[in-house]
Amino acid sequence: MPAAIKIEGLNKIFRVGFWGRRFEAVKDLDFEVGAGELFGFLGPNGAGKTTTIKMIMGLLYPTRGQAWILGKNSRDVAIRARVGYLPESPYFYDHLKGAEFLDFYGKLFAIPAPKRRKKIGELLELVGITRAADLPLRKYSKGMLQRIGLAQALINDPELIVLDEPMTGLDPVGRREIRDIILKLKQEGKTVFFSTHILPDVEMICDRIAILNQGRLVNIGPLGSLLSPRVKYYEISFSGLAGEKLKDLSAWVSNILQDGALTRARVEKEDDKDRIISWILKEKGRVDSVLSHRESLEEYFLGQVDINNADKRG
Amino acid sequence: MWRISADLRCFSVDLLLNNYMHKLLAIAHNTFKETIRDRILYNILIFSILLIAFSHFLIALDIGGDEKIVVDLSLACISIFGVLIAIFIGIGLVYKEIEKRTIYTILSKPVSRPVFLLGKYLGLLMTLLVNVAIMTAVMYAVLAFTRRGIDLSILKAVFLIYIELMLITAISFFFSSFTTPTMAAIFSLSFFIIGHVTETLEVLGQKSGVASVKYLTSGIYHVLPDLNYFNIRAEIVHSLPVTIKQIWFSAMYGVFYIAIFYFLAIMIFSRKDFK
Ligand SMILES: Nc1ncnc2c1ncn2[C@@H]1O[C@H](COP(=O)(O)OP(=O)(O)OP(=O)(O)O)[C@@H](O)[C@H]1O
Ligand SMILES: [Mg+2]
Repeated sequence: MPAAIKIEGLNKIFRVGFWGRRFEAVKDLDFEVGAGELFGFLGPNGAGKTTTIKMIMGLLYPTRGQAWILGKNSRDVAIRARVGYLPESPYFYDHLKGAEFLDFYGKLFAIPAPKRRKKIGELLELVGITRAADLPLRKYSKGMLQRIGLAQALINDPELIVLDEPMTGLDPVGRREIRDIILKLKQEGKTVFFSTHILPDVEMICDRIAILNQGRLVNIGPLGSLLSPRVKYYEISFSGLAGEKLKDLSAWVSNILQDGALTRARVEKEDDKDRIISWILKEKGRVDSVLSHRESLEEYFLGQVDINNADKRG
Repeated sequence: MWRISADLRCFSVDLLLNNYMHKLLAIAHNTFKETIRDRILYNILIFSILLIAFSHFLIALDIGGDEKIVVDLSLACISIFGVLIAIFIGIGLVYKEIEKRTIYTILSKPVSRPVFLLGKYLGLLMTLLVNVAIMTAVMYAVLAFTRRGIDLSILKAVFLIYIELMLITAISFFFSSFTTPTMAAIFSLSFFIIGHVTETLEVLGQKSGVASVKYLTSGIYHVLPDLNYFNIRAEIVHSLPVTIKQIWFSAMYGVFYIAIFYFLAIMIFSRKDFK
């Protein structure tokens, strides 16, 4: 089975301004997304995510290199029958009503009318806008447009679904619903490739992620392998000890925080954690909680982007 | 060169295999729905209907005219106002899709760029057809009250006017594929005007006796379409004979140029980056 997406030496140079200054938005990108993967495409604003996605969808032509989808070159029109795409902040014909709009897209795949009707009903239900089926898109809210945008991407039952920031403009409930839809698509064996800024979503659902910064791939891999499993620090909360006793502790623990009756101590080493706990118990204090803090995707992401930017400057 | 051949191959594969008819008609139908709501269209249509009705008023006042005025004025209306619609809606159709970014979701479906362009083109042609039909009907309604009555030979002139509108639409699509709507409008209008005087220009050029002027005017005449082929208004107004052969020749002449401009437009459009 060919890779769902394969990107080889992909490069895009824009000409900007009156003088046509060169701006390299995507620089020698190489990666693959396997069939059936749920893949998160991360990067700060202006990293080149949308540019890459547009090249995958054949809306922009690469300056160099190639993008392949389901084993075919991205210039191949026919392969798009098996792909679904939701653009970033999508715009649609706003004179059409919700159901009419989906019908139009169904026709672009030459889906026969009865099948189209059935599918439209299912999709409106899936994205939760059945009530707005007869409302012109002009009257849709931002979140509703995002939802119908997702519906149009699924009209052809695609094997590969490419979503450019599917969660933007949605409230927390909407985000969870979209996340559930994405998970459901994965369970149906489809490949989902999506770009996002919303890291908790990625952390919860993605098999693999790629991080892009300033047009370059910074890192790629399964979340577990990117995030260090090592505990960054332990936080011990305790009570019942005050004044002089705490002073003894601060002699060997630097990070102590007083919060009402509660005291929090942070240490990095596991030995230190054990020592503090036995000390508290010995002094007849009460341990309320012990938390071990591992690296989050957010910290990792910020770290990667920082390192990357520092390298550029240095 | 290989890119052009790749485009053509992709286009022909699309035409033959991918149920292109459905897609083409879906895009055309949607474009028709979109353009038939355009305000420019209504303004122009109402204005021309008033003008045609007014021509009858001129006869009634007996200012020395007869029903020839009705035919002449009606045909002029159908042609001029049709051209204005073809140009002013034609230049914006594709531009608006790019500007409003509605094109992203359409071209990411199995719809090739040539089919998209052709669909938009056919949609506007449908709107123009409705428009020409309404004006023609108004003309006949007015004529019914005159001695000429319902003279079907006038349809020959209407037919060629429609072919001309098809050509002008193709030209406005062509220009709008690489310039802004304003520039495209200026170019298309110039094209329309030059197309009607190119024959005269050539005759004048030959008479001028200056070699460079001669070559220039005859060059223009031979490269650009001569829109006078589509103008048989004088003959029709005065009930002079026009052969079917003559009409077919003009129609083929039009279709030939439409094919050329459509081809040039897809060459440019297929290369476009949608930013
Ligand atoms: N048409 C264009 N002309 C010139 N520069 C462009 C063009 N499109 C994008 N860029 C530049 O390319 C870079 C990448 O843009 P892109 O839209 O791909 O970023 P992104 O990762 O999608 O960002 P965001 O998260 O904000 O959507 C940006 O610096 C942008 O300014
Ligand atoms: Mg983006």
